[in-house]
Order: sequence, then C-alpha cells, then structure tokens
Amino acid sequence: MPYVLNTPQDQADMLAAIGVSSVEELFEMVPAELRLDRALDIPAAMSEMELTAHMQALSGRTRNADDTVCFLGGGSYDHFIPAVVDYVSGRGEFYTSYTPYQAEASQGNLQAFFEYQTLITQLTGMDVSNASLYDGGSSASEAVLMCIGATRRSGKVVIPACVHPEYRQIVETFLTNLNVQVEVLETPEGLVQPDQLASILDDTTACVLFQQPNFFGGVQDMKELVEITHKAGALAVVAVDPISLGLLTPPGSYDADIVVAEGQSLGSPMAFGGPYLGIMACKEDFVRRMPGRLAGQTVDRRGKRCWALTLQTREQHIRRERATSNICTNQGLFALRASVYLAQMGPQGLRDVANLSLQKSRYAAEQISANERFSLAFDTPTFKEFVVRDAAGEVESLIKHALSQGYFAGVPLGQWYPDMADCFLVCVTEKRTKAEIEGLATCLAQAPANAAAVR
Amino acid sequence: MRNTLATKLLFELSQPGRRGGLMPACDVPEHSVDELLPGACVAAEPPPLPELAEPDVIRHYANLSQQNMSVDTHTYPLGSCTMKYNPKRNERFAALPGMANVHPYQPDESLQGMLQLLYEVQQILAEIGGLDAVSLQPAAGAQGELTALLVAAAYYRDTNQTSRRKVLIPDSAHGTNPASAAMAGFDTVTVKSTPKGYVDMDDFRSKLDETVAVFMITNPNTLGMFDRLIKEIADAVHDAGGLIYLDGANMNAILGITRPGDFGADMMHYNPHKTFSGPHGGGGPGAGPIAVRSKLEPYLPSPVVVKEGDEYRLAFDRPKSIGRVRSFFGNTGVLVRAYSYIRTHGPDGLKRVSENAVLNANYLLSRVKHIFPVPQGDRCMHEFVASASSLKSEKGITAMDIGKRLLDFGFHAPTVYFPPIVKEALMVEPTETESKASLDSLAETLFRITEEDAEFLHEAPHSTLISRPDEVKAARDPVLSWQPGTQA
Repeated sequence: MPYVLNTPQDQADMLAAIGVSSVEELFEMVPAELRLDRALDIPAAMSEMELTAHMQALSGRTRNADDTVCFLGGGSYDHFIPAVVDYVSGRGEFYTSYTPYQAEASQGNLQAFFEYQTLITQLTGMDVSNASLYDGGSSASEAVLMCIGATRRSGKVVIPACVHPEYRQIVETFLTNLNVQVEVLETPEGLVQPDQLASILDDTTACVLFQQPNFFGGVQDMKELVEITHKAGALAVVAVDPISLGLLTPPGSYDADIVVAEGQSLGSPMAFGGPYLGIMACKEDFVRRMPGRLAGQTVDRRGKRCWALTLQTREQHIRRERATSNICTNQGLFALRASVYLAQMGPQGLRDVANLSLQKSRYAAEQISANERFSLAFDTPTFKEFVVRDAAGEVESLIKHALSQGYFAGVPLGQWYPDMADCFLVCVTEKRTKAEIEGLATCLAQAPANAAAVR
Repeated sequence: MRNTLATKLLFELSQPGRRGGLMPACDVPEHSVDELLPGACVAAEPPPLPELAEPDVIRHYANLSQQNMSVDTHTYPLGSCTMKYNPKRNERFAALPGMANVHPYQPDESLQGMLQLLYEVQQILAEIGGLDAVSLQPAAGAQGELTALLVAAAYYRDTNQTSRRKVLIPDSAHGTNPASAAMAGFDTVTVKSTPKGYVDMDDFRSKLDETVAVFMITNPNTLGMFDRLIKEIADAVHDAGGLIYLDGANMNAILGITRPGDFGADMMHYNPHKTFSGPHGGGGPGAGPIAVRSKLEPYLPSPVVVKEGDEYRLAFDRPKSIGRVRSFFGNTGVLVRAYSYIRTHGPDGLKRVSENAVLNANYLLSRVKHIFPVPQGDRCMHEFVASASSLKSEKGITAMDIGKRLLDFGFHAPTVYFPPIVKEALMVEPTETESKASLDSLAETLFRITEEDAEFLHEAPHSTLISRPDEVKAARDPVLSWQPGTQA
C-alpha cells in the first residue's frame, strides 16, 4: 500500500475523533449480508521492482514498432513523436489535473484547450472546434447524430464503403435504437463516384460521412461531392487525416459542414488503439449542437483576458436527457499532445511530414507492385496508404511470413470487405526509410506462395 | 516560481521563419506533388499554424502548466472525481515499447503480452464487480453507460421484450445517466430521493412496471451514502423483469468490501481513471469498461480477449454483439495503468484503499460538520455533501464563495452545486491519498473562511493569476478561437 499516508497511529486518532472503535464500524451502512466474506480472488500484491520485471516481460512478449518495421495504418499511425510532446504531457501539473471546473485554478488547461481549438480551426479551415472527443470513431458518430438533429431528417445516413469500416460499425451501433438506417454507398473503384452519390441521396437523408484520404488511402476532389450532398439538403461530414492537411486543401475550403478526425497521428503513441483524440470542428451554425467541452475567451473581474468553459447549456450536467450528447470529458491530455505537436512542427514541418509520407508511400507502392504477384487494387491517387492485391490470394500467410522477417506488412482487408480477401492495406509514414521500404518489397517478393494460384 | 507575464497565446508568440520540428531530407526519388495528387486537392499554402522554435514551445507550456492546480501539487478534494495520487510507475509501464508502440491491427501472435494483460484486466474487473463478463472497449464512463444500455436493448430485442422502453434514474444521479439513456433510445423516468439521498421507495414502486427496462443506480450514491435497501430495490426490479445498472463512479468506497453483482447489479461500468488511479489528464482520457452478468455476455461489443490453451486472441465472431462503440480495442493505455495499480495492491491492498478512503472522508466529515451541516448525517462512505445553505441565509456566503476562497489557501475546491438535490452543495472527496495533517489543514481553512467577511469572499479568489471569469460574457458572445489581429 505505497500510496496511503495514514499510519496506525493516525488511524487510531482519526477513529477516536470520529467516535467509532474500528474502521469496520464505518461500513455499518453496508448490510452484513451484502459484504464480501472472503478476499477478492485477484493476484497478490507486487513491489515496484517485481512489477517492473513483470511489465517488462509482458512488453517483451508484444512485438511493436520499435522491434518490427511498421507498415500498418488504417487510422492508427506510426508517425514520429518529438520529445517535447512527451515532456509537456508528462508534467504532473497537466496530467494529474482535471476538467477545469474552477477556471481560476485551471487557466493552464483552459488556455491550452483554447489554443487547441484554434489550431484545429487553422488546420481544417472550419469556424469552430470543440476541446476534443474520445477518438475518430466517436467523433464521426457524434457528427452523424448532430446532422440528424440539425436537418430533422431521420430516414438514413449515407456512408461510402471507402470510409473506415469501424466508423461505419460505430454509427450503426448508435443508430440501431434510433431507427435511422445506415446506407452504404459502394465504391468499387476506391473512390466515391459523384453520379452514384447523387442517386443514393433523398429527402430523408441527414448526411453523408465522407473520408479524405479515404480508408484505402484514396484522394479525390471533395468539392463536387459536397455540392451534390448539399443539393439534396443533406449535410457533409468529412473525416480527415490531420497529417494530410499539411498538403491537402482544408475541408473548410470545400464547404464541409462538420469535420472529424482521429487525432492520434498528432503526437500520440499507437498504444494498441488508445487513448486517442477525437477531433471535431464545424461551421458556426452548428456550434450549439456540438457535443463536448468548449473553452471560451472572456475577461475576469479586473478586465484581464482569461478562459473558461462555455456554452455548457448544451451539456449533460445541465440538460440531462435533453443534452446534445452524454459526453462528459474531453481527451484533455491528448488535445494537449496534439497542440504541442502542431506548435513544434509549424506549417512547414507539417507540410514536410505530409510530403515525406506521400513520397515514400508512392515509392513503396512502386517497389511492391514491381513484383508480378502484387498489384495496386485501385487506380487512384493516394496519400500515405494504398491497397495491394496479392494474386496468390494468400494474404494471411504473407503477413505471417513478413512478421517472421521483421515487418508488419499491412492490414488484411478481408475482415471488413469479404470481396477483398486477397488485399491488404499498406501505410508508409515519414519514419520509414528507403532501406526499410525496399526490405519490405523484397520480403514480400520472396514470400512463399502456391505457384498455381498466381495468375 | 510562477512567471505571471507568460500568458501570451502560441499565436502571439509566432515569428515568421522560426522552426521547431525539422524533418530529414527525402531519401526516395521525389516527384512533384502535382504529379501525385489532383491539383484541386492540394493546398497552395500549408495551414496557417504558428511558427515557433522549440524553446518557445517549452517555455510556453511549462508556464501554462504552472497555472493549474493538480494532484501532484495540491490537495484536490473534488467530490465524485476521486482525485487520488497518480503513481509514477504506471506512467513508466505505459511507456514501455510493448505497451506504447503497439499498432491495433497487429496479428494476434505478435500481441501475446498485451492480450494477456488485457485478459487479466477482464478477469480482475469481473471479480471486483462480482459479475461474469467484461468489455474493455468503452472510452469513458459515459460511453460505458451508453454501451451497457445498448447491451440491455439488444437483450430485450433478442428476448422479444421490446415494450420495455423506460429507464428509471434517481434525481441524484450524474447527468450522464439520463443523457446516455436518451442516446440509447430509451425514455427516462426520474425517481425521487429521500432527504438522505436514498431511493424514495414509494416513488420507486409507483414507477416500476413491466415497461421498465433498466434501473440505473449509483451506489454508493452521489451523496456518499450506501443505499441499505439496494437488494430490495434490485429484487423488485428483477421481479418486474428489469435489469439493474450500477454507475460505478463510486467504486473507490467498496473495493473488496461488497460487490455490485452481489447486491443485485446486472451491469456496471468502472472509471479506471478514478478508482484505479487514472490519471485524469486535465479532463481525459479515461476509460469506461463494463461488466455484466453471463446472460448479457453475448451482446457485449466486439472484440473481447479470449484465452485458448496458452494463447490469447481477439474474438470477433460474436453474432449477438451490439457491434462497436469505439474504433480499435479501447483506451488501452488507461487500462495498462489500472492493471499496474491493481497489481501493486493485490486483494488486501485494494480493500485497504477503500477503508482509508472511507476513513478519511468520515474523519473530515467529523471535523467540518459543526461548521457545515451535512444533511445526510454523521457517517458517509468515501465522500460527503455538506451544505452552505445556513451560511448563505445568515451571512450571504455561498458554496461557490467557499470553493473560490479555498483556492487562495492552496486547496482545490470541492465540487459545488452537485448533486442538485442538496442546496448550496459542497461535495467533498478527500481520497485515501491525503494525510490526516492535510485533512486537518483543510478543515481549519474551511472554518477560517466562514469567519471571513462576506464581501471579501464574493471577490475570492484573491491570489490566483486571474479573478473570477465573466462566464456570462463567455456564453453570450462566444470567442472560441484566436483571431489574427487581436491582442491581449
């Protein structure tokens, strides 16, 4: 019990002051028949030294991007994290504080949130950002709920197949009990076709959830798609990769209504899926429908500029069942990490990260597809990810072989797209070197395959 | 020492041409961007982010950090938030390469250490809760509530009980409870509390019928009291065919003492960022794992971790599952810290945690009840709610005044004005990681504040970097981002 301060003498003094004879007596209000009459059946306590060895052993039995060259993406990315990010988020004054209910004792967090909100508007070209949500998927589903409320259309929402399949699954989960249909727009060419989009929309459609670059890495002109969506009276939600915005046009410039993103790539570790950062930004018109915390600028009683949580009448602690969402906290520490990352990288640094990812990804696509067994599944422009088709159709053994050679080669797509069981998604960030890329291409080319299957 | 001038925004510090992060030269043959991407998709300029050098960034954030109160630096008795000490070993473990640098789509065979840890967390949370199965996917307590309610809805759909539309929620509950129920598509019905914060049994019985799906209850409740009638309530709900959801916000009071499953809960969430030492991160991340009875297990989100022989794997083939509530596995990093905390304590240690949390709260209660009436009486669990209503009527001093003035003495304020059923509420949760001496000091400070001039207290705090912010202005005329051309 290394974290309790009461000594036996303290405890005796405290019990005497309370006027009871034992700690047991303090639990009087828990009826005896409901008490646990045995010790919890959980592992015994460990000292810090023993636990360190145990945790190191668990870590040692988990391959990771330090010991295996990582070409995995699909929403979680092995981008470089500058030391400043860990330094700032490791300061106890940040990570052991809480939601800034008392603004005077939380100006550091509040200013950091206000700066985060500003950085996200700069990145996305949108009017307003909240102080963050849980992850990209929850941002996407919350955005869809906002659209249903804003349009008062509850017939359906449209999600192209090239959007992250887990985002679609989350939206489906949340809409199950609200009787709103999720309609999937097929994207066999790896991009959204404008005419097909137009034909699937109707006057009950609340919104379309787009993704740019999409789950397959594809990049396309979004302006026309957003126009088509608006013409049908629906709203356009766009999920983006924040790193891509170092190069790509910001969603505000093509009239997106709500922008969501997985913010992990902005300075947060992959950590087997979380905690991450749900980015959400929108047009001014929708701010009162936005879920999550918002930091606003104001003045104190002496007229000094300061920050406070604001527009809280949207939130659950005031509105209860009529709140815009049940969301209570933001992801403060990860919003902070993203801010430090963006502050450190600056406009040119972010552009460099995006460009290096683009260039290296292109090089990897060329290298891998140079072998006749492999081809690119889609003939589309891509950012940092691309889909490889294995003519041998042996993705699983291929991934296994690559792992044995020290590579996480890619994400098999058959788990979400049954007709793409012969495909995998490869991601190349700025961290991958020419040698690593060539190493992967060689490793894949040398992977054993059933020759008969190669067309 | 605090640098009081350091409140400029990042954007005001920006100087064209400064660079922090420099990237290496491109080591592959480079194409022009226009060759690789459609022209319409490429921005002419990078986003207008601030331009800073690394020392700018560090001094800025180091100074900002010093404008926060935190558990590392201050006593933080913020009721219902369980602001306990955040062990440093947790942070070290979460940063190990096999914890931090792990991609969520790695093959199972490359994840055995991680999956073992998560499997053990599932087992441990089931045991502490007295329940059968666990989902680690929800990203926060509120998402855990929503997930469990979706599980309940799926269970009722599957068993042809779709007429169960109502969720009963006590008026003392946290606001997330009704908000989650609404998001899950249920109708919420409020159940009254007695003055002591217990469920009003007459009101409860009058609202319990065959249309009730779930009773969401917080026990110990938000007033820091354990509802003695919990079993009776649970039995009545079960007899009516409903389910009990336990909001596990207050688990810090009962670890190893009593288990939700044993007092009738069918589903619950944990707040590992509270009970299992978080940290809170300035408002997140948390996590919201849920535990359920076996009959609800098929509906839990996918994937869950299963063990087959000596191998661990992620199980996706669960046809009755509600699906996903979050991308990837969940807030794993928070769970790694919780695991570290639980393994540090073991069964006896966790029980000692709750005993000392309850001892500290009762001790502080005994020290302050003469100053601030505690309507619920002389005993509490891990927290209590004092009322400043008599101070308000006699001297015009409000709960907010007291909270604000405490900041001047180096104490974070208690939670004020929650729960709404207590007038001028001051909700105090000292946690087990405060000493008798710091509780004595807090009690003495509270007493001293009540002796101060009301006008002086209305202006508190006096020593913080800013005085009270104008929240009306912030909401009436929202400024939610910095605009070029504005200065401090």
